[in-house]
Amino acid sequence: MKKIEAIIQPQKLESVKAALIAIGVDGITVSEVRGHGRQKGHKEVYRGMEYNVDLLPKLKVEVVIQSPRVNEVIGAIMTAAKTGSIGDGKIFVSEVLDAVRIRNDDRGEAAL
Amino acid sequence: MPGRWVLSLTLAIVFAAVTLAQAPAPTTTAATTTAAPAPAAAAAPAIPPDIQKKLDDLDKATKNAQMAGDNSWMLTSSALVLMMTGPGLALFYGGLVRRKNVLGTMMHSFIMMATVSILWAVVGYSLCFAEGSPFIGDFRYVFLHGVGAEPNADYAGTIPQQTWMIYQLMFAIITPALISGAFAERMKFTGMLLFMTLWSLLVYFPMAHMVWGKGGFLSGTLGGVVPAWDFAGGTVVHITSGVSALICALYLGKRTGYPNESMRPHSVVLSVIGACLLWVGWFGFNAGSALNAGPLATSAFVVTHFATAAAVLGWMITEWMMAGKPSVLGAVSGAVAGLVAITPASGFVKPMPAMLIGLLAGIICYLMVSKAKKVFGYDDALDAFGVHGIGGTLGAILTGVFATKEVNDLRMGMPMGMVDGDSGQVVNQLIAVAISWGIAIVATLVILKVCDLIVGVRMDVQQETEGMDISLHGEEGYNLES
Repeated sequence: MKKIEAIIQPQKLESVKAALIAIGVDGITVSEVRGHGRQKGHKEVYRGMEYNVDLLPKLKVEVVIQSPRVNEVIGAIMTAAKTGSIGDGKIFVSEVLDAVRIRNDDRGEAAL
Repeated sequence: MPGRWVLSLTLAIVFAAVTLAQAPAPTTTAATTTAAPAPAAAAAPAIPPDIQKKLDDLDKATKNAQMAGDNSWMLTSSALVLMMTGPGLALFYGGLVRRKNVLGTMMHSFIMMATVSILWAVVGYSLCFAEGSPFIGDFRYVFLHGVGAEPNADYAGTIPQQTWMIYQLMFAIITPALISGAFAERMKFTGMLLFMTLWSLLVYFPMAHMVWGKGGFLSGTLGGVVPAWDFAGGTVVHITSGVSALICALYLGKRTGYPNESMRPHSVVLSVIGACLLWVGWFGFNAGSALNAGPLATSAFVVTHFATAAAVLGWMITEWMMAGKPSVLGAVSGAVAGLVAITPASGFVKPMPAMLIGLLAGIICYLMVSKAKKVFGYDDALDAFGVHGIGGTLGAILTGVFATKEVNDLRMGMPMGMVDGDSGQVVNQLIAVAISWGIAIVATLVILKVCDLIVGVRMDVQQETEGMDISLHGEEGYNLES
């Protein structure tokens, strides 16, 4: 099993969700996060006081899938979340040791 | 930059319009309402008793009708002015602070609605509006003794004295609340309460008496030594609060971390709502200051609106040209600057000069808060001085320039201001401004020192870091998980 964490532009959530559902990914967790990569935020001015706002609002989409589906899922997210400009976000992949369905004790891939 | 030339052109057109409007024009005068003189009855033949009774009844009915009209407007105005403090100012200031201080900041305004009200009933109204010395009233109205349905003809002959009393209370509430913008995010609650109480007693009540009270030193209409025009509170409300705000900012020192840490407003949305409520409420403040529902109230209403509109554009265009973008916070701050500046002039000037006053206020207040504040380095957190102190001073002086008998003929045909040909009024205004600044500076320093010795005025660093809401009030403004 692999976990895919995608940091995406907030306005891309709907298309990413649709893309994941289209390839049959059932479970998805979304959270509001703030951060920056190389893009480093923007300037805001309030009554002449300048602030560099470098932690920008993003969404983190997490899905856990069977290992062979990694490239398929990454491809779906990339197509759906890409605008081609700075700030589109990043995708991280990591190993998942186990999964448990709380309701009925299903373990491993059966719990996905 | 797009639009720079268009903007410059707009400015030029506005200036031209104002200049043209200064040319003498055959306009209808919006004079104060005056009762028709009673016909002389000396040589008249005796009137039969039944006719006399009908005349008396008619006279009484006319007076009752006028009181009903004036009183309804003045009660409405009183409510409008209260709305300026809460929610108007509470939202305007509350949005400008960091999230952790939103409740404490709103409380600065809200609690004035309670404390000043009690103080007012006990002694405040009497100190302001009882006849006494030129500098302070005596104690004849303490505990509202003798303040009832009968009008007080010295101030407002067609409304109950109680209406006049409650209307004036709303001004006494908002004035100290305005100061809280300067000491935002760092003043102790106990120190704030004591400060506001003493400040009302030593600054607001004497100033209100001097400018508006019978026999007050600066009274324009009730026998002042230096008659100054202040229709709705340029000196009494905005200079006193704005200058005291500067002293508070200097005495308390900067917020911990200022100016290096981010102190962005946590919700400009709240500030926009607050500023719009201030704009609406200000019609009660300025047009209500006519103290009747006649044409002078309309005139004050109209010039207040146009000055504010011009100030919005003045601030926005200046910021657009100097900082690159027309910010929403800038636009609404411009509105407040314009409202402040037109306040003393609102019962004396025509619409075109009002626009000029507003435009200048928008430009100058923007430069004060964005440039001058940086140069001098004081932390007037929410710009109470930059907007109220500077805008109030500008408005008070320009009132002497643009006051005209065509709007308010208080001097029975004699010139009211420089546009009528009397430059002396500008001098009177300058004296009133100087006295207001002087009292505000000296009294505020003394009061802060006293409060500091008794209860302390500044929160400790730990409380400040944690935020006022949790450390002072034990609450949070936004409990998203609940």
